[in-house]
Amino acid sequence: MTLTLEKSSHSTLTLTVNGEKHSFMLGEGPHEVASSHTLAHTLRERLGLTGTKISCDNGACGCCTVLINGKAVQSCMLLTVECEEKEITTIEGLGDPVTNVIDPLQQSFIDHTAFQCGFCTPGIIMSAKALLNENPSPTRDEVKEALSGNFCRCISHYHVLDAVMAAAKKGGNQ
Amino acid sequence: MKDYRFIGKSTPRKDALDIVTGRTKFINDLTIPNMLYGKVLRSPLPHALIKSIDTTEAMRLQGVKAVLTYKDVPDWKAGFPHHVRILDSKVRYVGEGVALVAAETEDIAEEALRLIKVEYEPLPAVYDVEESIKPDAPQLYDQFPGNVFPQDNVVFGPHTLNEVVIGDIEKGFEEADFIVEGTYAYENIPNPLPPESPGVIALWEGTDNLTVWLASQGPQIFKAAFQRRMGNINLQSLGNPVGGSYGSKYMSWQYALPAVALSKATGKPVKFCYGKAEHLAAFTLRLGSRIHGKVGMKKDGTVTALSGDWLVNSGSFSEATQGMVAVGCGEAQLMLRCKNWSFIPKMVCTNRTASGQVRGFGGQELKCALTPILTMGMEKADVDPVDFFKKNYVKAGDGFYWRDGDWWVCRGIDYSNAINQGAETFGWKEKWKGWLKPTSVNGAKYRGVGVGVHGNADAGEDVSEVYVRLEPNGSAIIHCGIAEHGTGQRSSICKMVAEVLQLPLDRVYVTPTDSLVNPIEIGPVGSRGTYAIGGAVIAAAEDAKRQLFELMAPKFKVKPEDLETEDGMVYVKGKPDKRIPWIKEMQYYGSIMGHGRFESDFSIPNFMMIFTEVEVDTETGKVDLIRVVGTTDVGQVIDPLSLTNQLNGCLGSAGIDSAIFEETVLDTRLGRIMNCNMIDYKWRTFSELPEMEHSILETPFPTHRFHAIGVGEITPSPGPSAVLMAVSNAIGVRIHDYPLTPDKVLSALGKIGSPMRRE
Ligand code: FES
Ligand code: FES
Repeated sequence: MTLTLEKSSHSTLTLTVNGEKHSFMLGEGPHEVASSHTLAHTLRERLGLTGTKISCDNGACGCCTVLINGKAVQSCMLLTVECEEKEITTIEGLGDPVTNVIDPLQQSFIDHTAFQCGFCTPGIIMSAKALLNENPSPTRDEVKEALSGNFCRCISHYHVLDAVMAAAKKGGNQ
Repeated sequence: MKDYRFIGKSTPRKDALDIVTGRTKFINDLTIPNMLYGKVLRSPLPHALIKSIDTTEAMRLQGVKAVLTYKDVPDWKAGFPHHVRILDSKVRYVGEGVALVAAETEDIAEEALRLIKVEYEPLPAVYDVEESIKPDAPQLYDQFPGNVFPQDNVVFGPHTLNEVVIGDIEKGFEEADFIVEGTYAYENIPNPLPPESPGVIALWEGTDNLTVWLASQGPQIFKAAFQRRMGNINLQSLGNPVGGSYGSKYMSWQYALPAVALSKATGKPVKFCYGKAEHLAAFTLRLGSRIHGKVGMKKDGTVTALSGDWLVNSGSFSEATQGMVAVGCGEAQLMLRCKNWSFIPKMVCTNRTASGQVRGFGGQELKCALTPILTMGMEKADVDPVDFFKKNYVKAGDGFYWRDGDWWVCRGIDYSNAINQGAETFGWKEKWKGWLKPTSVNGAKYRGVGVGVHGNADAGEDVSEVYVRLEPNGSAIIHCGIAEHGTGQRSSICKMVAEVLQLPLDRVYVTPTDSLVNPIEIGPVGSRGTYAIGGAVIAAAEDAKRQLFELMAPKFKVKPEDLETEDGMVYVKGKPDKRIPWIKEMQYYGSIMGHGRFESDFSIPNFMMIFTEVEVDTETGKVDLIRVVGTTDVGQVIDPLSLTNQLNGCLGSAGIDSAIFEETVLDTRLGRIMNCNMIDYKWRTFSELPEMEHSILETPFPTHRFHAIGVGEITPSPGPSAVLMAVSNAIGVRIHDYPLTPDKVLSALGKIGSPMRRE
């Protein structure tokens, strides 16, 4: 590891995910990060953060949504090598790391059964989280707009809207 | 109505915390030590013989552990009748497997695919169902002359239903006041498209031990179907949470068998997950359905005769087409009380990726083509479709042939109240202006309404067997092989047991979906979760309770039937103050095993009706779905939020939207699917949601402990034909196929020529 580090400053990569720093060797090997790897791939296959889902793998469905510096992005459309020096938050990083209490938005999804199969859910929660970061009291239409890049085939949309609106309302009252 | 402690109340799903925190492990989230990755080389041609195939270079690539061709794979056959090999010397659709690779990484496996050299001898291909049955059509299988799958199928036993022939069809037409005749088709082969693509991990150890981890709605069906075909090996099937299925991941052999073959060849676990393009282009789709039908009707809307040819396009193989045709034929009778039938299906193979099971299971495909033919008669008789469906939907005492070929007599409830309430919620009376008449016109925008109906008798299908184990600490474990695919049924059966045993919900668990731990479970399909699986679960809980009371009765010096239990304590009825915990008699080492079994019962049909309002822009041809109202009677709600989730599901899974914009576009010059990505395959977004409302009645079903029946599977199926009706009413012109894309609408309005893709 040190050897390679000395060889070139471009041969390692450091990612900040959910507040923790992770360093990788760049390369094609089984434990390395290749320049062709997407962030979604790295999160899942290198860091074991499988809460980020891959469905379409080409920017259409939003299942792979994570936050980068607080904004929702599709991690299947970003190369990992572009993500250095950015704050990445995945579904595993929501909630309070000390008390282990989940985020009120996650709780609201539980209270409204705002999912069926749940495959789309992490991506939807991350998109909704980004919206609430920016706009703590959105209208129902604003929520729809913010989630319009998230595919849900079970049609849990209506319960999701209820869950996000309820979470926003609670947040606003606090 | 009885006030239950859990039943009918909204309770959080047992798996909710895992889902919202991303901890749920779907199949592609699992890794097993030494695991290899499987990939499939797929055919670029729709119909061809493999002249030669050279794998030497691929084998030489570092990290490649196996490359298999049709010469090396085991000769396990799938489909009905058994005719699909894992790999064959002939390919019958673009996307069919030609070679399998297992390698240390996905990238290496993919690289290896590029190094395989295949020489094909192209054959002519056929895609249209009627072209395929012509005498000079290219033939797909030697054993199916004329490209027709055999009728003598045994999917549902020796007499499996394969037509509806009842009464005297000639006499029926003679009795009619008028006869209408027409052809309608639902051939856009939409993809149910669960977000999680099909996937599996297989591990073959030694000579005869196989473990499969399956993303499947019925993981034990794989074991039941293939254990013997593989030489009666030891087969353990494990079900993972399923990232959506909608029927499509019920039969898992399409993705499981390649992984099993690769694991057998390498001795290592092999993960094989479809990519989205494979999922869209080389996995099973809905059936193609075309009906030439003739209806004899009286002026009052009574149907005196129905005859028709149902041309079913199954694509390149039959995964379970005969089964879907059997159920479709049964469902046709549930919607139509007619004395004289001659309705003859023909199951045809063509050179495109196959059709398979999808929510609606043949019935949706049938309804989409049959209902519009009936509406031609309703139009002529000037009968309101709501009245027609009310009069014609099966009632107690009516008989019908079900999928097993037996004559069943309905013991269910009358759904007229549900129809009335749905119509009222929707405002049908105000909006219905008559056939081919818009509800309202605003400039170029024409609104119209339509209604559809569906129901099946499968809510009580097949056997389920369950054990409920009581533990001394006052908890219960349900041994049931049910997989969670989104309906929340694993949580709902906990509610049923919690209710029977009066235990806190967090003291009731379900075993993992593991065939070593549980009796065979065919799975939550055909809306059978509540009635059939639930029936076995409840019986097992009751049996356990009976044993518990027998054990505890001497202590209280009463008869077992005088006892009651609550929260892991037992007391004498009416004397809740003196309570003894289960452990007192069970001891810390004791447990009680209750057994429950449900036997097939096709006498209780369920019901779903959907009302739709659409707005058609007559300048652009665009159809907007404005409002949807679903109505049903479920006897007793088990979990309100899970129920509304399932009802809202009518839009997705190739349901209502398959009437508006969803289609798999096949280029019939090359045999290729043109829209195999999620940008070109259209789906509904959050910002385009219609208003959605449901009317849910609870008329108790006497035959269920909680008087409930399931409806999850059937919710999308009345939708597409309702939309077709609504659009025809809005624009005043009938359209004969789906989806109602702008080109078809404008062509129907005479504003453009015939769309290119139509025959
Ligand atoms: S998986 Fe990234 S957008 Fe679909
Ligand atoms: S809950 Fe299944 S896709 Fe959204």
